[in-house]
Amino acid sequence: MNSREYIESGILELYVFGKLSEEEIAEVNQMATQYPEVKEEIKAIENAVINLSYSVAPHLSATNFEKIRAELLGRNKVIEMKPKTNWSQYTGWVAAAVLVVGFGLQFYKLNQTNETLNNVSTEKNLLQESIVDLELKKKESEEVLAILRDTSNVAVALAGQQVAPQAFAKAYYNKTTKTVYIDASGLPEPPKGMVYQVWSLQLEPVLTPTSIGLLDSYATSTTKVIKVENAESPQAFGITLEPAGGSASPTLEQLYTLGKV
Amino acid sequence: MTQDELLPLLLKKDDRSFTLLYDNYAKSLYGIIFNLIKDKEEAEDVLQEVFVKIWKNIDSYNTSKGRLYTWMLNIARNSSIDKLRSKNFNNNQKNLSADNFVHLLDDNAKTINKIDAIGIKEFIKKLKPKCIQLIDLLFFKGYTQQEASEELEIPLGTVKTQNRNCMNELRLMINE
Repeated sequence: MNSREYIESGILELYVFGKLSEEEIAEVNQMATQYPEVKEEIKAIENAVINLSYSVAPHLSATNFEKIRAELLGRNKVIEMKPKTNWSQYTGWVAAAVLVVGFGLQFYKLNQTNETLNNVSTEKNLLQESIVDLELKKKESEEVLAILRDTSNVAVALAGQQVAPQAFAKAYYNKTTKTVYIDASGLPEPPKGMVYQVWSLQLEPVLTPTSIGLLDSYATSTTKVIKVENAESPQAFGITLEPAGGSASPTLEQLYTLGKV
Repeated sequence: MTQDELLPLLLKKDDRSFTLLYDNYAKSLYGIIFNLIKDKEEAEDVLQEVFVKIWKNIDSYNTSKGRLYTWMLNIARNSSIDKLRSKNFNNNQKNLSADNFVHLLDDNAKTINKIDAIGIKEFIKKLKPKCIQLIDLLFFKGYTQQEASEELEIPLGTVKTQNRNCMNELRLMINE
């Protein structure tokens, strides 16, 4: 008998149903070992009846699983819950929960307060800075006022020259102390990489320019009244635009303002 | 998980092997038991007995007894029939051959929770009445070919092949 005829005989169904004698079972086992298609057929028949019996079974609750498991694996018996409520145990948990929540709230509040505190102190710092700023500005203004009011100071108007006719500046020269202040508020902002250089000029017998400083603080100064170096009996003051760092002698093409004392 | 893979695990008799055994076969065995007992709670008790027997005797199983599933199926059927023979079930036993598994499908319509099973149910009802009876007697009730041929009044020599044809029809329906 070949495997096809053997399968068609219907013996494999009875094999799966468990209705064969031991000799018949041995014969089917032998055929299943010899022919893979016989083994596959057995599995297919088995699969069909497992599905069939599964489908006619009523719902099987999880309780059955636990009951049978406890019966078979005695050591893993399910511990039954006490039906009575253990209040002391409960209160412990409730207290713990309350504590946890309480701690959480306090921690949250603490964080919030700290944050507010940080914000306030940042604001305070900012205010402090502006106070310092204002004080500095006030001091600067007072200084400028003092210079202007000082009767020993001579104000020299420096008129705009060819490259910058609109520009003007003022020099305040103290004949006793020889100090020089330049009011640069009328000068245009110097281009990048350039700087104003102040010269004290001797007009006679030959024109001799002497550098008395750079207006480096032009950008930062609010009053634009800048102190430069002392000048010995200047006859005139001139301001030129020079490359950063200044020059040894003035670039006369870039002479912005000029005024005689 | 094939039965060849399951067997060595079952021999360990640990938690995992029990879960595997239960997940794979409890519902099928319960279906067989319930088809004979017809009472859910009694059938649950028998299912527990069956699992105890499988667990205790798994060492004695070998392939000379056929498939592992077949071995378990025989335990389930024999335990159910033992239960039916006990005095409490004498009255019910009269109905043993009158009912078949198909009427259970309607009874369980509300409780079956597997989608596949619902699909199968619809197909099973389309089986020829002769096939339903034959599968019911041979598979569910464990009749011999002789008993089935007498019950259904069909020639003994054709029981095997008729059953084969009916099973083929069932398989077609399941695989559709």
